[in-house]
Amino acid sequence: MHELSIAMSIVDMAEEEARMRNAKIAAVHLRLGLLSGVVKDALLSCYGMACTGTPLEGSKLLIEEVPVEIFCAACQAPRVLSSMQWFCCPECGTPSAAVVHGKELEVSALEIEQ
Amino acid sequence: MSTPRLVEVRKNVLKQNDVIARALRERFCRESVFVVSLVSSPGAGKTAFLETTLMLLRENYRVAALVGDLATENDAVRLARSQAPVKQITTGTLCHLEAAMVQTALEGWDTGKLDFLFIENVGNLVCPSSYDLGENLRLVLMSVTEGEDKPLKYPTIFNSADVAVITKMDLAAAVEFNETAALANIQAVRPGMKVFEISAKSGQGMEDYFNYLAACQDDLKAMEQVESKS
Repeated sequence: MHELSIAMSIVDMAEEEARMRNAKIAAVHLRLGLLSGVVKDALLSCYGMACTGTPLEGSKLLIEEVPVEIFCAACQAPRVLSSMQWFCCPECGTPSAAVVHGKELEVSALEIEQ
Repeated sequence: MSTPRLVEVRKNVLKQNDVIARALRERFCRESVFVVSLVSSPGAGKTAFLETTLMLLRENYRVAALVGDLATENDAVRLARSQAPVKQITTGTLCHLEAAMVQTALEGWDTGKLDFLFIENVGNLVCPSSYDLGENLRLVLMSVTEGEDKPLKYPTIFNSADVAVITKMDLAAAVEFNETAALANIQAVRPGMKVFEISAKSGQGMEDYFNYLAACQDDLKAMEQVESKS
């Protein structure tokens, strides 16, 4: 359960951006990979707590989940995994450990009110 | 009130950790110390495995270890029996190690005088996967008593690791460990993953693992020599 410390890092990061832009943050957009090791629901429930007493209080956290995408050497193409328990190309079945997407844990955008 | 405006940011949430981890990795590489981290669930045998590793590697290499736990210095005391330098990192309530903790724990240590540094993470198969510690090699351990489907239940940690180690092989027959299923499950979540099947107690499989580490250390030294010439 490390979602609270992740939520606090998100708040710190957004707070700094808000200060730099002299703006109020209405929402934080986050890209969350399914291989990031962070659980969406746990993060959402920690976010409100992490915002308490900060300029981010009352802001929303909007999470876009990023599926796991591998590169298939046989197809020479990126493919989205159909299951986290099977790291193989969903088209041809070739195993692949070349993860292209899915590890993201990134603040992608902020909704600001000036 | 004005309508909110959307501004693109694109910032990695764990940037602070990653920056420290990168600096640590550069330092380890420069000093030619090969750093191995260990992750597993509590009770998978990390400490016993590490104790045997330190004890036997000490004969030919300069080794040291950092051990992370929520509380107690028990593991450091146990590992100190190997005579290798060992430091405990007590995390309090934190369920994983972060790069900054490794950096702090290494203050006052001349890591340039080491060949291998081992970092034992807190027993947890979830949280440590998100944090880079600057290590060269991450081992994920699972014991034969845990069930062959561990990799399927925790695909993220197996995916963040480089090598899998199946521990307590001396108990395999007693617990009717299905080796074929376990190996297939590891390959399902991490195709091509190297696996060592060991017993810290009987010594089974330890030699192969040591040979592998020795080859890694040789590669690192060779790489450093090439870089210092260029």
